[in-house]
Amino acid sequence: MSGDNLRSEKFPVGIASVGLAEIERRIPPDEPPPLPVNSALQVIGKSTRRQDGRAKVTGAVRYTVDIKLPGLLHARVLRSSLPHARVQAVDTAAAARQPGVRAVLVIAPRDAIVRYVGAPVVAIAATTPAAAEAALRQVRIDYATLPFVVDLDTARRPNAPLVYQAGEQPSLAIAEIPVASGLPLTGNVRGPETQGSRGNIDQGFAQAEMLVESDYRTQTQTHCCMEPHAIVADWRPDGLTVWISTQFTAGVRHELAQTFGLKLNQVRVKVAAMGGGFGSKSQLGSYGQYAVMLSRQAGAPVRLVLDRAEEHLDSGNRPATSQHLRIGAQRDGTLTAISLVEYGTAGVGVGAGVGNFAQALYTCPNFSSAQNDVFINAGRGSAMRGPGNTPGAFAMEQAMDELADKLGLDPLTLRDRNDRSPVRREERRLGAARIGWDRRHAPGADPGPIKRGIGMAQSLWGANVQTNAACEVRLLRDGSVEVLSSVQDLGTGVATVLAQVVAEEFGLQPSDITVRIGDTDFPAGPPSYGSRTTASVTPPARSAAWQVKQMLFRQVAPTFGVAPEQLVVGNGQVGVRNDPTRAMSLRAAAAGLRTDQLSVVASRSDDYGGFRRRMSDAALAQTDLGGVQFAAVAVDTETGAIHVERVVAVQDCGRPINPKLIESQVQGGVLMGISYALLEERVIDQHTGHVMNADMEQYKLVGVRETPSIDVVVLENYQGQSATDAYGIAEPANIATAPAIANAVFNAIGVRLRSLPMTPAVVLAALGSVPQGS
Amino acid sequence: MDRFSWQSARSPTEAATLGNTTVAEAMLADPALSAAADCVVLKAGGIDLLDLMKEGLLRPGRVVNLRGIPGLDSIAEDAGGLRIGALATLEQVATHPTLRQRYTALADAAESSASPQIRHVATLGGNLLQRPRCWYFRSAAHRCARKGGEYCFAFTGENRYHAVFGHDDCAIVHPSTSATALVAFGAHVELTNAQGSLRTVPLSDFMVGPAVDIMRETDLRSGEVLTAVVLPSMPASTRSAFLKQAEKPSFDWSIADVAVVLDRAADGRCQHASIVLGAAAPVPWRVPHAEAALVGQTIDATVAHAAGQAAIAGAAPLRHNAYKLPILATLVRRAVLQAAA
Ligand SMILES: Cc1cc2nc3c(=O)[nH]c(=O)nc-3n(C[C@H](O)[C@H](O)[C@H](O)COP(=O)(O)OP(=O)(O)OC[C@H]3O[C@@H](n4cnc5c(N)ncnc54)[C@H](O)[C@@H]3O)c2cc1C
Ligand code: SF4
Repeated sequence: MSGDNLRSEKFPVGIASVGLAEIERRIPPDEPPPLPVNSALQVIGKSTRRQDGRAKVTGAVRYTVDIKLPGLLHARVLRSSLPHARVQAVDTAAAARQPGVRAVLVIAPRDAIVRYVGAPVVAIAATTPAAAEAALRQVRIDYATLPFVVDLDTARRPNAPLVYQAGEQPSLAIAEIPVASGLPLTGNVRGPETQGSRGNIDQGFAQAEMLVESDYRTQTQTHCCMEPHAIVADWRPDGLTVWISTQFTAGVRHELAQTFGLKLNQVRVKVAAMGGGFGSKSQLGSYGQYAVMLSRQAGAPVRLVLDRAEEHLDSGNRPATSQHLRIGAQRDGTLTAISLVEYGTAGVGVGAGVGNFAQALYTCPNFSSAQNDVFINAGRGSAMRGPGNTPGAFAMEQAMDELADKLGLDPLTLRDRNDRSPVRREERRLGAARIGWDRRHAPGADPGPIKRGIGMAQSLWGANVQTNAACEVRLLRDGSVEVLSSVQDLGTGVATVLAQVVAEEFGLQPSDITVRIGDTDFPAGPPSYGSRTTASVTPPARSAAWQVKQMLFRQVAPTFGVAPEQLVVGNGQVGVRNDPTRAMSLRAAAAGLRTDQLSVVASRSDDYGGFRRRMSDAALAQTDLGGVQFAAVAVDTETGAIHVERVVAVQDCGRPINPKLIESQVQGGVLMGISYALLEERVIDQHTGHVMNADMEQYKLVGVRETPSIDVVVLENYQGQSATDAYGIAEPANIATAPAIANAVFNAIGVRLRSLPMTPAVVLAALGSVPQGS
Repeated sequence: MDRFSWQSARSPTEAATLGNTTVAEAMLADPALSAAADCVVLKAGGIDLLDLMKEGLLRPGRVVNLRGIPGLDSIAEDAGGLRIGALATLEQVATHPTLRQRYTALADAAESSASPQIRHVATLGGNLLQRPRCWYFRSAAHRCARKGGEYCFAFTGENRYHAVFGHDDCAIVHPSTSATALVAFGAHVELTNAQGSLRTVPLSDFMVGPAVDIMRETDLRSGEVLTAVVLPSMPASTRSAFLKQAEKPSFDWSIADVAVVLDRAADGRCQHASIVLGAAAPVPWRVPHAEAALVGQTIDATVAHAAGQAAIAGAAPLRHNAYKLPILATLVRRAVLQAAA
């Protein structure tokens, strides 16, 4: 931040439950004054119902699948039923002659290689979905089959079938996950990526008085968004309009402009209501491209909606991992060395690492990491709620629990010794009190077949900020207020949060504010991935609102006969500070505006204290988002069933703006974590390469009876870094759940489960109760 | 899904006249041939039928709806026993007071099935006649032995949910949860043909394993309608229990389930026991050794444990499903104790 016109302001800092202080920051002139702590505010920090809640539960809300345009065509995609093959011939002539067919797109032409079951081959747009499907059945493809491999261990063997031949490389671009380029490819293994290693690992282990060392395995999880991937593309001579279920309207606009050689102002991207994304809707996606190409070919709008099987096969997933973790410590618990060797698979894609979790969570002078992508003939991985860190935490936080057990230390004490974060220290304190940590017994101590246990685990997630994020606020002459941004609501309720922030600034109620989002005709907002939406879009929203308010004050000050600085807002009124007799309604004040509206577009300023790291349009804030979760479980040692009875989730998101929405994000994160811990797993048949559970019946998801009582505790953590000082929550809430449950299971039965999901079969095997199969 | 026509039957005989093929037969018809389109199949709740059609495994030309047939969904006392109309829903079975009281295991089995939404639509008849859930069977890409192909993918493949008993060449488990309890009570099924004549068969004979016929799970013949399930009368001293274990309590299939029916003499000794395992074999799997472990005994934890162990003797687990054995043994032990409590 440069320039002499910075001004000094004093901001509240600290964790509210610990104690607050003040910090002086130099901020740009167009930034609003510091926001007081939540207890001194009217709207921010108060639970507010989401604006679209009623429409959602009554079914009135419109999703992308509900978009209807005149002449709309319906597209379906023919997909490979072979896990690895070379296309020798594609004959679409008969298909093209089918009734209703308007456009045919060959995706995998002669000599193309399909590398997984579900890989797209041909797409057809027709007047009805049934006509498109009937036409696809007429497509004739000749394949030459190639050897394939669909599991991580087999793919690592020296003579395994190769997913990519020498010279062929998978595409590296992947939203949200940084992927190093230039890593060697040996067989199916790409890597190792050793970034983050520090100190002298051998020395570190030499200093260790206690060692824990184990292998951990995590499964492939699919996103299972309630709303499938969906797009309606309308290509016209003067430009392209696209409705798409996306986590990043502005990003999709860029992708479309680039892919199709259009100017940015020829592309408009809109998103209606969304039913989830979890990282799988971060980009246009190949399916999105097909829809646009079909629309261009047909000269008509085209709708393409993936079905449930396609969702599992070809819309991304959380990569499976195999992690070897070794930790050395001194008797008092001080860590001396951590070494991590990881092999993960994102199918035919990259990005199967486990992030920076083991590297960054604890202070440990010596750390070494080697992470590898292993290619298999399966659908490409993608970002999924807390990518990398979620499988990473499963291994690391169990290893820490094991270390504590071996050292005879309380797992909380071991964390106190090695974790520098004051946030997590407070979270441990609050969570331990809630769950009743002092009642925790020795591992396996319960008599009888049903054994109970308590465990905890921690999470770490970067506080991401999109610096390329803007928001417009308008005050109209009738006193109505609008907020506009291309930012999208993937289900989190960001529109309500924006309304709160702007309402606070104008002294109004959230219901007074009209929020228009999800359209690239509005100022470009941030993506909704990396848990950055609130952190990126609320500061410019407040900033714009504050600037509009200043403009209003300047225009109405003469009416009051005071200087603009004398004016304040509150309870829907504009008035003179400290003089309640001199006020008029905001509506009356706006009526005197010289123009029909006042409007300001503000963009996200840098964090006032600076960023830790910057990556083109995005940046990482100085401090991470900490979280600590505690789980209480009951394990039936005779049937292997694990029942999660209670979860206490203590999370940090900076300044909480809407506790109700935050709680609902945390509950969602915990539920997804329970599902990951106990149930979900994509199952691929070794002999045919097919996913056997590409549905929601045999692919098991957490349901109502598996939902425990979830106690959400949200810190109020002020750092004086932006106009709202708010950060994200959605991903951090997902990371600690599985290891917290695994540690609770250990506490219950005295046996450690090191692979996911922890099904009855896994539990019984760990207990030694399963006879050898034939 | 392909186009099909729709017709409502007004009586069982009309349905039997219209329905020219069983779903098992229709699924073997080559869809490329016009014969497949001529298939007329029966629909009750339609839960399973529509699943098969959506997967492209079944392409009937016409669907005959049974739901409009009057009286086929009633549950009534019948010669001391109980007659359950084939169109009674699982919800009706789960909540019927007499069933709850005298055939507790059946009511519990029905209640433990699927989800509330499904139970309100799914019929008991359709439940017994649904096709297996083996994921190879349900995949259009896998033409396995049960669909007229050459081999069973499950034996060498992903078989965690498959059979541990009775898997001759095909390792499905019978999908009906209620069937476990019905077999334990010695229920019969009543079938009506186009002429209106009735055929009544013990359910345990009606259900056929792969050794008898690998391409169907029941002895339903084309031109027959299942009209009722008949429960025999039970001595007042009869007690029953049903336990199910799934990977999750809501909305999931059994990985193991057990029904136990006991009758004890005045001195407390067990004089009759019937124990059936579900999700264990291609048919509901009766375990006579476990029953024998109870008869003549006063039931206590030791006896119940012995029955549990006897129940899994002789099992032949596959590569990934041996974990079912300790669960089955546990459920038998617990169900015996619960019934005797
Ligand atoms: C997610 C999910 C979970 C489930 N979980 C369970 C579970 O835990 N336990 C369980 O038992 N089931 C479970 N089911 C299966 C469900 O209960 C059955 O699909 C349902 O009971 C079938 O009944 P229906 O009336 O809908 O049959 P339909 O689908 O209408 O018919 C099934 C078959 O029976 C034939 N048929 C039906 N009635 C007659 C008749 N009267 N005469 C002759 N033929 C007839 C039809 O032609 C068809 O072949 C589950 C299903 C789903 C989708
Ligand atoms: S178990 Fe039966 S239904 Fe399943 S693959 Fe084998 S033959 Fe087919």
